[in-house]
Formats: sequence, structure tokens, C-alpha cells
Amino acid sequence: MQHNVYVYIFVMFAVTYLIRVLPLTLIRKPIKNRFIRSFLYYVPYVTLAVMTFPDIVQATTAPIAGLLALIAGVALAWCGKSLFTVAVVSCVVVFVTEWIIL
Amino acid sequence: MNTENKTWYARGLRDGLPIMLGYAAVGFTLGIAARNAGLTAFQAGLASLLNNASAGEKAGFTVIEHSEGYLAMAVMMLIINARYLLMSCSLSQKLSPETGLIPRLIIGFEVTDEIFGVQMNVPGMINPFYTYGVITMALPGWSLGTYFGVALGNVLPVNVVSALSVGLYGMFLAIIIPPAKKSRVIAALVVIAMAASCAFAYLPVVSNISAGMRVIILTVVISAAAALLFPVKEEDEHAA
Repeated sequence: MQHNVYVYIFVMFAVTYLIRVLPLTLIRKPIKNRFIRSFLYYVPYVTLAVMTFPDIVQATTAPIAGLLALIAGVALAWCGKSLFTVAVVSCVVVFVTEWIIL
Repeated sequence: MNTENKTWYARGLRDGLPIMLGYAAVGFTLGIAARNAGLTAFQAGLASLLNNASAGEKAGFTVIEHSEGYLAMAVMMLIINARYLLMSCSLSQKLSPETGLIPRLIIGFEVTDEIFGVQMNVPGMINPFYTYGVITMALPGWSLGTYFGVALGNVLPVNVVSALSVGLYGMFLAIIIPPAKKSRVIAALVVIAMAASCAFAYLPVVSNISAGMRVIILTVVISAAAALLFPVKEEDEHAA
């Protein structure tokens, strides 16, 4: 089945907007359930980790460049470097690696 | 606009400036990812204008790239963006009961980690004009950043685009690694999530599962298991 990109974008918008706006309009009560709070607390970390690896290795022309970027990124983030620094250095690592080996 | 609203709007613009700069940079790398998924600059800019969510949009672009169906898209958004539900719940306590429906609909449009953060920093109740000010700065930064990520990605040389393609992942790492350093549970989750994701991508049988479903399944299973085994206390939530 052929899918329309604009329908996809509308579905993204509709679901995301409802999630954001319902508590401000209809519900207006804090969520008390500890399991749900814990689940939602962990979701961003798990999602971002799942989306980062192995995708980072597949995103570059040479997989090894992506792998080195991952290692550099983890090391810099571990040392508390800013979001911007981590992102830029990851890109530079890929650029230099591919320049050397390709 | 009365004087008080003007003052709050100006304050929102001021607090929104650093958010705009950050969003422009993240939006740009998101645009590179959107381009790699096959979206045009206009489509990607529109997606960012309507969604304002980096992880959610990246996941959405994966669904689009693999043409996975509208239901998969809806489920994906529901899970990945569900945390905004918590933020909106907290935010609703910061709006005075007199706040009308229209301001609530506008404020709800732009509930993001950063904008939620600055709003919670406002002492007492939020004047909606403060939020309007922040949105005035943040929204163009985010959507134009994404637009130009695609547009420039189309004209830059292949080796530059290849390098820029890891920018978004670098930012993701900068978000998940510092909390992982502080919490052994999060550190273990990050390692398990990456290992499972890798296994699902390459092992026989499970590698037939589409990329989007992989994100959905692993996110639900791992997060639910963690929530059962290591429920968080309220103090921990605020520390992160």
C-alpha cells in the first residue's frame, strides 16, 4: 500500500498534540500511578538508546566511522561536555575517519 | 496587549532566545535525518512546525522511510511522546483556573522538554503571554532548522552529509549518557537497549521486524520491565 507523507505528518501531529493538550484542557489532574510515572520516566532513555545504536553505524558511508563517532560521543558525554560539543565532535570524527580510509 | 502581558511576552522572548539557537542546531541535524529518510525540505519543515519533538520526529521519519502504515505511526507517537502527558499534567497546575481554552490550546501545542523547563521556572502561575514569547522564538528556530537541514543536505558533498548524519545521534548521546553516569539503572537500561536494538537489527527472524516496530517493542518492554523492577521515587524524577 502506498502511503502519503502528508497523512503521516498529520497522524504524527494529531497524536502528539492530543497527548500534550488533553491534560491542559480536560484531565487537569496529576498522574499518581507509580508504575505509569516510572514507565514514562524511563521511556526517553530507552527510546533514544534504541534509535542511536546500531543506526549510528548505518548512517555513515563507512560503518567504522559511525562506530568511532559513537565511542567519542559516549566518552565526551560521560565527561559532561555540552550537547553541542558532543554533536560537533561526533561529526568531525566521521569526517576525518572517512577522509583517511575512503 | 496590556502592560503586564507585554512585560511577560518580552520575558518569554528573552528566555526563548537560547532555546531558539539550540533548536536551530538540533533541528538542522534532524533535517539531515529527514533527508536520509526521503522527505523534502518542505515536508520536514512542516513536520517540525507541527510536532516540536526530536525523538518523536526521528522515530516518525523512520516509519515514513520504511512505509510502515499509519497505525504504526500513531502507536509510535503515543509511546515516544507519552512523557509529554506527564509534563502537561504538571503544567496544568501552573495555569490559573481563569486561563481560557484558547491559551491552553496554544500552550499545549509547544510542550517540549526545554519549554516545559522554562515555564516551570516561572514563580507562581504562568501568564500565557510568557509562553507565547518563548514559542515565538523556539518554533521558527526548530522548523526552519529542520527545513535547512534537508535543503543544505541536498547540496552539500556526500562526505559532509555522511559526517552530519551522526550529529543527531551525538545529541541523543549527550542526553542519555550524563543521567546514566549518575544512575546505575539508567546506565544498564542504555546498554541493554542498545544491545537489544543491535540484536533485533541483525539476528535472523527478529531482523524481519521493521525498524519502527523494533523501536516500539523494545521501548515498551524494556521501560515496563524497568518500571516494575525499579519504580522511581518522585525526588528522582525531578533530579533528572
